[in-house]
Amino acid sequence: MIDSEPLLDVRELSVTFTRKGGPTVRAVDGVSFTVRPGETVGLVGESGSGKSVTSLAVMGLLPRRGVEVGGQVLFDGDDLLTLPRDRMRDIRGRDIAMVFQDPMSSLNPVVPIGVQVTEVLERHQDLSGDAARSAAAELLSRVGIPDPTRRLKEYPHQLSGGMRQRALIAMALACRPRVLIADEPTTALDVTIQAQIIELLKELVQDTGAALVMITHDLGIVAGLCDTVHVMYSGRIVESAGRRELFAQPRHPYTGGLLASVPRLDAPRGRPLHPIPGSPTDVLRWSRGCAFAPRCPNRIEPCTDGPPPLESIGGRSLRCLNPLAETEEVAAR
Amino acid sequence: MSLSEVEATTESEQVEQPAGNLRKEAWKRLRRDPVALVGFGLIAFFVLVAIFAPLIAPYAPDAQPGRGMITPTSIPGPSAEHWFGLDASGRDEFSRVVYGARQSLLVGVVATLFGMAGGLLLGVLAGAFGGKVDAVVMRIVDVMLSIPGLLMAIAIAALLGASLWSVMIAIAIINVPVFARLLRGQMLAQRGSDYVLAAVSIGVRRRPIVLGHILPNSISPVIVQATLTLATAIIEAAGLSFLGLGSADPRVPEWGRMLADTQRYLASAPHLAFFPGIAIVIAALGFTMLGERLREAIDPKYRR
Repeated sequence: MIDSEPLLDVRELSVTFTRKGGPTVRAVDGVSFTVRPGETVGLVGESGSGKSVTSLAVMGLLPRRGVEVGGQVLFDGDDLLTLPRDRMRDIRGRDIAMVFQDPMSSLNPVVPIGVQVTEVLERHQDLSGDAARSAAAELLSRVGIPDPTRRLKEYPHQLSGGMRQRALIAMALACRPRVLIADEPTTALDVTIQAQIIELLKELVQDTGAALVMITHDLGIVAGLCDTVHVMYSGRIVESAGRRELFAQPRHPYTGGLLASVPRLDAPRGRPLHPIPGSPTDVLRWSRGCAFAPRCPNRIEPCTDGPPPLESIGGRSLRCLNPLAETEEVAAR
Repeated sequence: MSLSEVEATTESEQVEQPAGNLRKEAWKRLRRDPVALVGFGLIAFFVLVAIFAPLIAPYAPDAQPGRGMITPTSIPGPSAEHWFGLDASGRDEFSRVVYGARQSLLVGVVATLFGMAGGLLLGVLAGAFGGKVDAVVMRIVDVMLSIPGLLMAIAIAALLGASLWSVMIAIAIINVPVFARLLRGQMLAQRGSDYVLAAVSIGVRRRPIVLGHILPNSISPVIVQATLTLATAIIEAAGLSFLGLGSADPRVPEWGRMLADTQRYLASAPHLAFFPGIAIVIAALGFTMLGERLREAIDPKYRR
């Protein structure tokens, strides 16, 4: 399956926010990745790394004013970035759908759940009336919402956060899209609910054969879910690898830092946490060097001379001049 | 803070906490608000008087039961027979004030509804399309708002000729920009919200997004504004009639017109100014009190 043609092929995607009288901000800078049918791809990075903007750009959901999007997003041979608006609207929800971070605000507060779920069915599958309603009830029960016929008549505030996210997932998967983009779908939820939602996503993706792009800052989610992982920092991909390789042997110091900063239950008591020093605002412009250099423990002189290239080393892509040694991280554990 | 106040606040917090639904919560808050209740009571009183005017008023509005009692120098004031006294033509002032409620209510409601409808149309256009449509619509609105409302209403009503309809149309027109601007602002704010993005992300078309998602979330302040506009519409209607732009038929009792007719007798018969004046105040006050409190209940920004 992994060897099949990519379903979604993002090439050199860049997003620049321009403001009148203000500096332009390049939020996404030459990001390329592919998603194959049925594959689960993780986009990992901390706040401001450009992962959400990447997903919005792929969906064509960025505002048109003040935003410049470059590169290509190939889906089924079409470049989604240049597709006419009408055709893009047909694709959204039917072929590519998205689940957002905050289920509290992603449902319309004054419209019953049922109307919102049937809306997507009416839009893409020509269902209406009772047929749409029973299909919606079916969907809700598939995402694990009990008593779906009653729930359809209720308003979002009558549902818990987890239930709302389930309803949003139901809406996103209603038309069996081939790609589902989940942008931090569990960040706004309780920890206990998080695991349930991830399980649900995993299950549904397997059932429907959809590819999943999981955008998260949570390495735990990546470890349990993704086939391929792309680590983003300051708008660029700094390391891409299969899940196993990445977790066994992170090569980019940032990836290493992320992994080391995850608190471990099996660590001896009293052992301090390992944060990455500095903050994501301490960045260098990529044009001047590696953006991570100011925080990097492995920094060497050439890091700040110019942008490090993305190189393929042993089945992974790496953007680093002085990567972690093959065994260093394993030994540190 | 006294003990009872402490209890009162904790109690109100307890009541408010579980309510997730903003509208339900607003309604709950409104029902416990004495000012809103008084306002509602005044409105109810005013509406009931208008509806049941024939049952309440002892005389027809154009009957002249006191024709013989009127002299140019003396107009009888309130008495047991005529509670609000007689007017210059010997008509029962109480009956006329009671019947006058009908005119005021009619003008207020019709003018507000028309004004709101026009405002909604322009507001939805501007708020939904943005860009050039928005710019054009909003410049028209700005021009309209730059002219003092009453002045424009006078001009429009004068242009249309003195009648009840021209008063209604004039007041409706001057309220269109108010509603348009309000709704546009609300819709622009809602346009960037997560649920709109979510709806777009599943391919929902523009029209259902505007009419089915954005509009229902933008309408609350418009309803508040409508309540407040009813109050000003009643005052403006009285003002236009006072200036002689209302109904041409002198037999139709209208508070503003009654005030105008009184001017010559103000020294000898001040009651003729007092009662219609109080009626206008009560009707307008009711809508204002309810409207203000409705605004505070719906929008926490205005809460004190």
